[in-house]
Amino acid sequence: MTEPTIFELSSSGRKGFEFPKSDVPKAELPKNLLRENLPIPELSEMDVIRHFTKISQLNYGVDIGFYPLGSCTMKYNPKINEETCRLPGFLYLHPLQPIATVQGALGLMYELQEWLAEISGMSAVSLQPAAGAHGELTGGLIIHAYHQARNDKKRTKMLIPDSAHGTNPASSAMSGMHIVQIPSDHRGNVDLNVLKAEADDTLAGLMLTNPNTLGLFDEHLKEIIEIVHNAGGLVYGDGANLNALLGISRPGDFGTDILHFNLHKTFSTPHGGGGPGSGPVGVAKHLVDFLPNPIVTKIEEGTNDNPPLYGFLKPAKTIGRVKSFHGHFGVIVRAFTYIMMNGDEGLREISEHAVLNANYIQARIRDSYTVPYDRICMHEFVAEGRWQDAPEVHALDVAKRLMDYGFHPPTNYFPLIVHEALMIEPTETENKETLDAFSDALIKIAKEAHENPEILKSAPHSTPVGRLDEVRAARDMILTCTFPEVSE
Amino acid sequence: MKVPDDLKFTKNDEWIRVDGEIGTIGITDYAQDSLSDIVFIEFLVDKGDTINKGEACASVESVKAAADVYMPASGEIIEINESLTDTPDLINSDPFGEAWMVKVKLSNPSEIDELLDPNAYKTMEHEH
Repeated sequence: MTEPTIFELSSSGRKGFEFPKSDVPKAELPKNLLRENLPIPELSEMDVIRHFTKISQLNYGVDIGFYPLGSCTMKYNPKINEETCRLPGFLYLHPLQPIATVQGALGLMYELQEWLAEISGMSAVSLQPAAGAHGELTGGLIIHAYHQARNDKKRTKMLIPDSAHGTNPASSAMSGMHIVQIPSDHRGNVDLNVLKAEADDTLAGLMLTNPNTLGLFDEHLKEIIEIVHNAGGLVYGDGANLNALLGISRPGDFGTDILHFNLHKTFSTPHGGGGPGSGPVGVAKHLVDFLPNPIVTKIEEGTNDNPPLYGFLKPAKTIGRVKSFHGHFGVIVRAFTYIMMNGDEGLREISEHAVLNANYIQARIRDSYTVPYDRICMHEFVAEGRWQDAPEVHALDVAKRLMDYGFHPPTNYFPLIVHEALMIEPTETENKETLDAFSDALIKIAKEAHENPEILKSAPHSTPVGRLDEVRAARDMILTCTFPEVSE
Repeated sequence: MKVPDDLKFTKNDEWIRVDGEIGTIGITDYAQDSLSDIVFIEFLVDKGDTINKGEACASVESVKAAADVYMPASGEIIEINESLTDTPDLINSDPFGEAWMVKVKLSNPSEIDELLDPNAYKTMEHEH
């Protein structure tokens, strides 16, 4: 079953809303601003409601089923988060309100900054960046500003391991760095020899995803950070995989200089199409002055009779503002709620269960799939969706076939260092029954790959639309809406 | 996978055909097969640009991944195969022939000696 696009449902003259008769004189608009033809779809209110309700029913999300999308931490967003961020005092705020009238919101932001600093071992945190890659850009700009402030202007080289998150090279390039890729060794760690060779006096920094996108904690973390620091570079920690570390180890304690958090991954706020995201950035002591402006601060301690007074602080060597107003405030409220609901012990349990769940699936499917870096994993692991004795089957076919078993496919073809990669991250919220059902499906699919590969090649069979022709979609693009010619 | 005898290769799966001081550059059969169906190519250089070995001259995208094409040798770009922009699928069907990407006037022909010969490339390919 397919639903036509809203443009295809349009019927000339149909309306969803009538404007009341104008009670002010009609103003003539200049001719060059008027359009003859405006191709906005014309539908009744009911047509629109039915269309979007039907589309919403075709959707698949964490609230519908298991969603093991590696490195995306598609965890369940507890519904209390949606209650708190809609409290009237938060919902109806305006960012330009007088500061005396927004003390509650500032207090919440201040507490969250403090908590994120405590969780990560960083000294101070900015909540401004809009999402993970924006946090990376902010970090790149801080690294740049730090070297400039020391008059060390030749440092423009950013090292990025091939097991890092895919956004790292783009964010670094945007912050003016040139990028050198560092390969992984046979254990899935950063290759120390290549790292040493590149750690010269042009080194600006290293962007380290730890655990990396293979789901592995680097076994030479201490040494890596020493090599970079001894060469005068800074270590940027991509915190997108922080879900493996909460309450167990802190990037700041390892010597990480800058770290971003993905509130929409680790701290359960909605993700993907349900966003927006939020990518706060934490820094070590020597970088506090470079943080984006402004930072929420406590101006006066409270007393028994008076609450504390909150306000804004401009860091002395700030890189400036990276986002309008104060970041995605609704997401910040959700993350605050999540941390408060779980507490310190709860956060630790989250990571323990995330790691346990990933290892459980890895152990269950290990005999059916090649796991190229086969050791205890963290919150995710990468298997190969290929078999020598079933050469026509690819990771994509496994992913598509999983949809027939009612599961969202895992991330595939990433990281690039694993052939036919299937990157599986179950998250802590899933129970044993779900993990078993998913593992059973994967094992069954591996069997099908050998006995009946055609059923994989032509999957999915049970979804509203079958296998999409991605190549044709990318090569022959057909738009169903048309835009009028713009006249000068 | 095909590995023609008259070419030199990089570890990053580019090939170069040297004819006097002119080098013709593309990506290998192994590279196109790993990327799967290629849907887009963007050239990062213009005719007349001088470009160093190891710098990117083009970026290709498949339904699976995007990859940069790096120069196997330094020199001046003298020709760009613009027709690939409209027919990127040629990279899949004829990687060593019609889907050449750029031609370069070599500025340091001794760089060619550092590249892999067909046998060395075949050995490396098996390790992938």
